Amino acid sequence: MRSAWRNLGTPARNEGEGMPTPIDRDELQRLRREENAHLVEVLPAEDFEDEHLPGAINIPLKTLDRRSTASLEPSRPVIVYCYHYQ
Amino acid sequence: MYEYTAGKADWGSFGLPLEGRADSSTRVGSVTRTDVPTCRPDELVSAVAERVGDEWEISVVTNERGVVAGVLDRAAIRSGEQILVEEAMSLGPRTIRPSARKGKIEQRMRDQNLAHLLVTRSDGTLVGVLRRDDL
Repeated sequence: MRSAWRNLGTPARNEGEGMPTPIDRDELQRLRREENAHLVEVLPAEDFEDEHLPGAINIPLKTLDRRSTASLEPSRPVIVYCYHYQ
Repeated sequence: MYEYTAGKADWGSFGLPLEGRADSSTRVGSVTRTDVPTCRPDELVSAVAERVGDEWEISVVTNERGVVAGVLDRAAIRSGEQILVEEAMSLGPRTIRPSARKGKIEQRMRDQNLAHLLVTRSDGTLVGVLRRDDL
């Protein structure tokens, strides 16, 4: 998942090599509350429709490209997640 | 960019809300028995045996933070020995998350002839126990 996002050149607000910064539940909730972060589930649509975190949008990993991420505002942090870390 | 590495399974295992069409009654969490007896590693097995009722054949061993350390099984409990739980417990019990699907887990329990599975959160803390008879 990480390399897919890196290759896109998606909004990387954190420094480093463009890799996502790992966060936990508490930090996710803080980023949503205080910085209005985008929340993106990258699982297939069926999994997303079954259940997803409140306020999340779905961009399945297989459809990840510049077009599918165009709706993400560059000024807002982006949090991605799947079922669990693999 | 950030990655919530523990993901949806972690979120659900802490009882945080999820949205969607899924029916929560299809999940393990809906039939998990949270009243399973627990004990600490530094207790005497004899003391645990006294308070575990006939309904239960196990006692889950947890540390002070509620993290599962092992299981005291029926044979150990019935022995009622004057030894510490940590000397009698089984290590590395199989665990599942409350968000696991009941049908899938039921099949696994039948295939592997498992009478119970511990249900834990992603940080290892105990939620309860799933008994095959409850499925």
